[in-house]
Amino acid sequence: MTSVQLGWMPKYGSLFPAVVFFLALAVLPVANLIFLSFMDISWSGGVVQREFVGLENYAALGDDPLLKAGIVNTLILVVVATSCQVLLGLALAIACSSLGHSSRLYRTLFILPILIPGIIIGAIWRLMYNFQFGIINQGLDLLGIPAVDWLGSPHLALASVIVVDIWHWTPFSFLLLLAAVEGLPKDVSEAAKVDGATAWQEFRRVSLPLLWPAIFMTFIFRAVIAFKVFDEVFLLTSGGPGTATEVISFTIYQRFFLQDNPGYGSAISVAVIFSVALIIAIALQLQNRREATR
Amino acid sequence: MSDIVQTKRRMPTDKVLLHVAMIAAVIITLGPFVWIALSAFKTQIVLLMGDITFSPVSYNFDEVLFDRRSTYPQNFLNSLIVAGVSTTLVIVIAFLAGYSLLRMNWPRWILNAFLVWAMLFNLVPPVSLASAWYELFRTVNLSIDLVALTLAHTTLNLPLALWLLISFFREVPRELEEAAFVDGAKFLTLLRRVIVPVMMPGIVATAVLVFIFSWNEFPVALALTNNKTATVPVAIAKYVQEEEIKYTQMAAASVLSAIPALIALIFGQRFIVKGLTAGAVK
Repeated sequence: MTSVQLGWMPKYGSLFPAVVFFLALAVLPVANLIFLSFMDISWSGGVVQREFVGLENYAALGDDPLLKAGIVNTLILVVVATSCQVLLGLALAIACSSLGHSSRLYRTLFILPILIPGIIIGAIWRLMYNFQFGIINQGLDLLGIPAVDWLGSPHLALASVIVVDIWHWTPFSFLLLLAAVEGLPKDVSEAAKVDGATAWQEFRRVSLPLLWPAIFMTFIFRAVIAFKVFDEVFLLTSGGPGTATEVISFTIYQRFFLQDNPGYGSAISVAVIFSVALIIAIALQLQNRREATR
Repeated sequence: MSDIVQTKRRMPTDKVLLHVAMIAAVIITLGPFVWIALSAFKTQIVLLMGDITFSPVSYNFDEVLFDRRSTYPQNFLNSLIVAGVSTTLVIVIAFLAGYSLLRMNWPRWILNAFLVWAMLFNLVPPVSLASAWYELFRTVNLSIDLVALTLAHTTLNLPLALWLLISFFREVPRELEEAAFVDGAKFLTLLRRVIVPVMMPGIVATAVLVFIFSWNEFPVALALTNNKTATVPVAIAKYVQEEEIKYTQMAAASVLSAIPALIALIFGQRFIVKGLTAGAVK
């Protein structure tokens, strides 16, 4: 490809450090994780005992109530939160785009939640949701509405966590969709207007189809991040009350670290990795077919 | 969209309404930050009473920063070390590898291997990686050292940095390098004198993002640190695990932990937008 001739030193030397990290800290630990998932690992007398159990850990996945709750809650969170974020993000992006230069300050301020540690987001909202003194219950009190136990009620806890996720990540959807909205060709929508289309018709028939790939990609990107949610749940509810806000990452954490069961914990991780890879592969395939038939 | 734009221009009331909606969105976005910042200047009693007016106190910051029992200064230092060193490593390694992959005739499968790495690291819950690294570092007795966390964060952010930098490399005109070679420049001179200066905005965008991501990272830090080596997010998570939660001190610690993000936002907003959108679109 390159027309300049370099010796072998620069070529191999420049890639070498990345390859070392790749092999030693990405391939090796994940391979080790797969290896561990076939083991029953326990400590006795300060010595680690490893016993090969074949697929036993994987067979146990089906009967794990924690994992089942984790999968259900994670799916609810991913679908609800991601949909809301894409809708809100799109609305904000269109509004910002039509305000043009006068919206620059808004754009800057919207980025802030993306940059703040997830754990801080959890801390902030834990204070705001507080039953006694949280600002939300204070506000309800002013309106004469009795205080609500946002994080302690099994019916409300997951919804409360989803609200935090929507608040936290809508700016990210906004940022991705803004780039797409600003990149729309002006002449096409002008032509639609000349032909007498209303603003809504123009949006529905011209802009939306053009934005569709970006909306799809934003949805995928957000879904992947939402799927890995951990920090906020850790701080807000730790999966409780009961298993009301149990999510997959938290299940792995509980099984692997808190219960110190690396063999079974690894099996959950490996199963999750493969399931996600499969879903993404199918989604991309569908999107490709969609574009091919158009 | 320009249709909507022009309709709005004819009807300025719509534009006013849009501004009102945007200001509402900004209040919803920033309100929680304002509230926690205010809480950090309250005493626990004032917070519990829910008084709207109060006289601000610096007590919480004093406790968090200067109390003998507080580990927060140490946590802050740990975070600075881990984020600083891992960002430097990530940028140097990804810069070299990115240039190599793009310009040096590597076989296609090598490029694909790195692509799969990037994809997989994007998909896998960090908790899974944390458990994998925890097992690995435990066998070499590094599990609670800052070295382990630094290496883990480097590995975590390398794929992202690699992909960002490659997308920025593509914008560098090849003639530039050829001209430098005709002038007899060696490889390292070429990188230092020609490529790095041209790539500087891309490098800064990537570095800002990687630093913030490392600073914010929680599950891996939780798995690979103890009380002495804990980073800021781990320290803040510890507040809620105490018997009696010191809410106002937690608020103060949270405010302090947002400093890097605020600095990045004020000075590097352009770079952040560039990094975040390039990472997603490409």
